[in-house]
Amino acid sequence: MSDQTIIRFENVTKQYDNDPAVLNDVSFEIERGKFYTLLGPSGCGKTTILRLIAGFISPSKGNIYFNNKKVNEVPANKRQVNTVFQDYALFPHLNVFENVAFGLRIKKLKSEMINQKVIEALKFVNLEGYEKREIKEMSGGQRQRVAIARAIVNEPELILLDEPLSALDLKLRTEMQYELRELQRNLGITFIFVTHDQEEALAMSDEIFVLNNGKIEQSGTPNDIYDEPINRFVADFIGESNIVEGVMVEDYVVQFTGKTFDCVDGGLNQNETVEIVIRPEDLEITSPNVGKLKVKVDSQLFRGVHYEISCYDEDGNEWLVHSTKKAIVGSEIGLNFEPEDIHVMRLGETEEEFDKRLEAYEEGSYES
Amino acid sequence: MKAKSRNYYLIPYVLWIALFVITPIVLVVYYSFFNIEGEFSLENYQKFFTPVYLKMTLSSFWYAFLITFFTLLIAYPTAYLLTKTKHKQLWLLLIIVPSWINLLLKAYAFIGIFGTYGAANKFLEVMGVGGKQILFTDFSFVFVSVYIFLPFMILPIFNALDELNPSFIDASKDLGASSWRTFSRVVFPLTLDGVKSGCQIVFIPALSLFMLTRLIAGNRVITLGTAIEQHFLVTQDWGMGATIAVFLIIFMVVIMLLTGRRKRGEMR
Repeated sequence: MSDQTIIRFENVTKQYDNDPAVLNDVSFEIERGKFYTLLGPSGCGKTTILRLIAGFISPSKGNIYFNNKKVNEVPANKRQVNTVFQDYALFPHLNVFENVAFGLRIKKLKSEMINQKVIEALKFVNLEGYEKREIKEMSGGQRQRVAIARAIVNEPELILLDEPLSALDLKLRTEMQYELRELQRNLGITFIFVTHDQEEALAMSDEIFVLNNGKIEQSGTPNDIYDEPINRFVADFIGESNIVEGVMVEDYVVQFTGKTFDCVDGGLNQNETVEIVIRPEDLEITSPNVGKLKVKVDSQLFRGVHYEISCYDEDGNEWLVHSTKKAIVGSEIGLNFEPEDIHVMRLGETEEEFDKRLEAYEEGSYES
Repeated sequence: MKAKSRNYYLIPYVLWIALFVITPIVLVVYYSFFNIEGEFSLENYQKFFTPVYLKMTLSSFWYAFLITFFTLLIAYPTAYLLTKTKHKQLWLLLIIVPSWINLLLKAYAFIGIFGTYGAANKFLEVMGVGGKQILFTDFSFVFVSVYIFLPFMILPIFNALDELNPSFIDASKDLGASSWRTFSRVVFPLTLDGVKSGCQIVFIPALSLFMLTRLIAGNRVITLGTAIEQHFLVTQDWGMGATIAVFLIIFMVVIMLLTGRRKRGEMR
């Protein structure tokens, strides 16, 4: 744990009455000044983590530390954290200025000070001149900005964002993704962003926590998580993937669909059953006799940027291909890929074991 | 064709309004222009602005205000607690049930309780305070009125609180407000519409109470409602009674306009 740690969860469990735990023995650290994303399907516990950090609920078991101080029972109004709510929760009886000024008025700041800070915060989110507007006169994107201004004006150490972009249309959402990322960099405040949209998570974060069933499945940079998914769930949840069963023949050699291939993974037992992930965009279409895999094209969808082609091999495994080239439905094609495109996943491996193995065989490969 | 058939549906409604709303009001206004001898005059209106009736108006407003005030004072916390309970609909039902009992029945029950030999006095004696005159006082009048009007105040406030988006409360606490600040700056302003309709429902009927003034307050409290009843049934001065009724209608319209819902900044 470094000085940079702002939030630390220590074996935190949250359970309501006798229902199954919403959050199950979760531990992690959040560092100052970074953009974090909690990613997972609905009901995975990501919002629960947010509410625990904000102080709306307290953990059933375990401890939460804020700047190395235990804050389990500290109420929300005493925490240096501000939240941007999913439905924005802007007060309908107050105008834009008063909404943003709410926190400052509670702190009993002088009115010139409040004036100055509110104007500054609104300038930050490009809402100058909107002070006197009523909330209902604002569009979805503008409300979003007001909600962000209301949070940043208090200069918290940490801002929590609970799926704040989910109510916006696609174009506005992409725009706001850029803006949020830039805002976080300019302010240098730690952001914790909750979403179920994997593209959003990959685009915005310094670090992603992938959650499922009240547990953290994997954490790491967007690249780490995309390139080295730890298990089927993460591979499936982060982007599209082709997952087939295989056998690890020896280090750097893996067998699947009845053929052996070179790969870049090692440190596994010989003849261990594994799962192989190959991303659809890593598969390249060639002629049937050249390709490493021979498949038959089943269907094809035009997705704008690329064609999404669904193929089946002789064993009946489905192979999804993203290609800028068109294929002919019903024809036989070959698929090519590089050794580094093969991602090997051990069955039931935890994140700690995964990291240890990764370190071990990387050290080994340096020696050889 | 469609518009025509819709017009047929309107017939019962229009008939009802014409017969039971417009006609009575027109009749009341018509009668108010006749003095006790049955001659057309503005005498009644002049009489209304004499100290006797002005005092009566003032006292009507004063008691209606007291009743509304105490009802609100009890109803808001009750409604607030109700929204926090587990079986809130059941508790709400239990509070509403007494309003199904006939008003007169309830009034007579209170005569029994507050009477010289009633339960209230027995209790005071046991406590060592000694018997007191409870019935026919301002206290008993306001007390019973508050009891009767309470469900009508609780209902709209309960609905407003129940509809309040809980994330507003989270947001307020998140921004550093204590529970009290959250209440005074967020919860109360956002449920003001419920409070307003509750006050309307209580204040307007309270202005023209007459049965309770006689039964519980023993005619010591004279309101405009009592005056109307007396003029129509005792002095047979229908003209004066109608004039007071006209003023009551005017007051009510003014109150409705003042406390009417303003559709400003509404968002759930």
